[in-house]
Amino acid sequence: MSIAVLAGPAADHGMESLAEHQRRLGPLPPPQGALVDAIERSDLRGKGGAAFPVATKWRAVASQRAGAPVVVANGGEGEPLSRKDRMLMEQRPHLVIDGALLAADAVGADDVVLYVGADHTGAIQAMHRATTERPAPQRARLRLITVPVRYVSGEETAAVHFINAGIALPTSIPPRPYERGVDGRPTLVQNVETLAHVALIARFGDEWFRSLGQGKASGTTLVTVGGAVPQTVLIEVPQGLPLSEAVNAAGGITSDSEAVLLGGYFGSWVESSAAWALPLDPGPLRALGYSLGCGVIAVLPSGRCGVVETARILAYLAHESARQCGPCTFGLRAIAAAAGRVSGLTATPGDLERIQHWAGLLAGRGACHHPDGAAGLLASALRVFGAEFLLHDSEHRCSIASAAAAAS
Amino acid sequence: MLGIDRIKCDGHGVCADLVPELIELDDWGYPIIRAGQIPQSVLPHAKRAIAGCPALALRLQTIAARR
Repeated sequence: MSIAVLAGPAADHGMESLAEHQRRLGPLPPPQGALVDAIERSDLRGKGGAAFPVATKWRAVASQRAGAPVVVANGGEGEPLSRKDRMLMEQRPHLVIDGALLAADAVGADDVVLYVGADHTGAIQAMHRATTERPAPQRARLRLITVPVRYVSGEETAAVHFINAGIALPTSIPPRPYERGVDGRPTLVQNVETLAHVALIARFGDEWFRSLGQGKASGTTLVTVGGAVPQTVLIEVPQGLPLSEAVNAAGGITSDSEAVLLGGYFGSWVESSAAWALPLDPGPLRALGYSLGCGVIAVLPSGRCGVVETARILAYLAHESARQCGPCTFGLRAIAAAAGRVSGLTATPGDLERIQHWAGLLAGRGACHHPDGAAGLLASALRVFGAEFLLHDSEHRCSIASAAAAAS
Repeated sequence: MLGIDRIKCDGHGVCADLVPELIELDDWGYPIIRAGQIPQSVLPHAKRAIAGCPALALRLQTIAARR
């Protein structure tokens, strides 16, 4: 693939300068009224996790009458298993900035906020240097804001709240950011990878973009492949590619694997036997009850227990709750504590039943989707590792630990 | 249906007393709201619950606005 989000200089080259970027791809295309239509025909979906249609979001912002809109290029990337946004900003900052400026032109925004996780130092440096390379009229529209990395700080109302008030916590909706966001103005919050795809669609068109996909799918997508592979890698794959081929492109599995975590901590465990054939395409995945999320594929290595991994993730998500909504603050904390007892072989009678009961009470009961994400992950774990949960809970035994003890 | 601002809600539980037809409380005292249209006969009670919420966290909303 000669033109793609990650095409161009090798990763160890460091950031692509403005001169290199323009030599490879040409200048920033002028504002074009039809860009939103091309985006719609391209079927580009948001790459932050929700896979929301990009053109729909742009039209919602552009149709507001409450002042000049604002664009936020969201590079908060709080998902611990994902690398894609920070590495994209490190290597291709100008592609992100092109996309942000094109989106700003499309919705009528002057103000573009580059919102980057404060821990992602390489990304901050590259984005900063890239803004200084831009001509003054463009530079005047850009401001770089760094946010402490938390799981919720990339949530779009949290991004708006941080830019407005320095508090990276979700707010109640309505209003949604497209209605009232940064400085009370209509605000487009768009993931940085999404904007990079916009920069290419604006140059090469929606037909070109659609042709990149496999089968009926459109375009490419960035995925972070980790777990039982030689090393965690960021790769760009055609959408629609079977999951197994993405894992092979990442070097292949290094051990047998019982399950794959697809979509990150808000995603789902999938039995490996079912996972390998899954197409990496948001639509078909959703129809099967899965999500590509922010493009995380984590292969559970042999010798690692899915119950233990799930309990660890739940503890993390409970800790990362913004603690603003009761069901998330108390319910998720209680679930994580009970899951911790089950995984640690210290379950008290009824723990597993309680977990199952509470898991059904989380979804839809927070201002943001934090409890929904945790509930979805837990439900998938109970499906995929059901027998192992039962063994941990009722017999205080872990078959993985038992096998390891027997082998030594 | 009844809508709720989850950030404002402090789990006082007044709503579940005033309109148990629509609201029950979870193990921590936070409301679980029955989805769907509010029956006409229950609407006055729903409005009392809205007015009686100490945190002003309840509202009426159209079903399409639900999330």
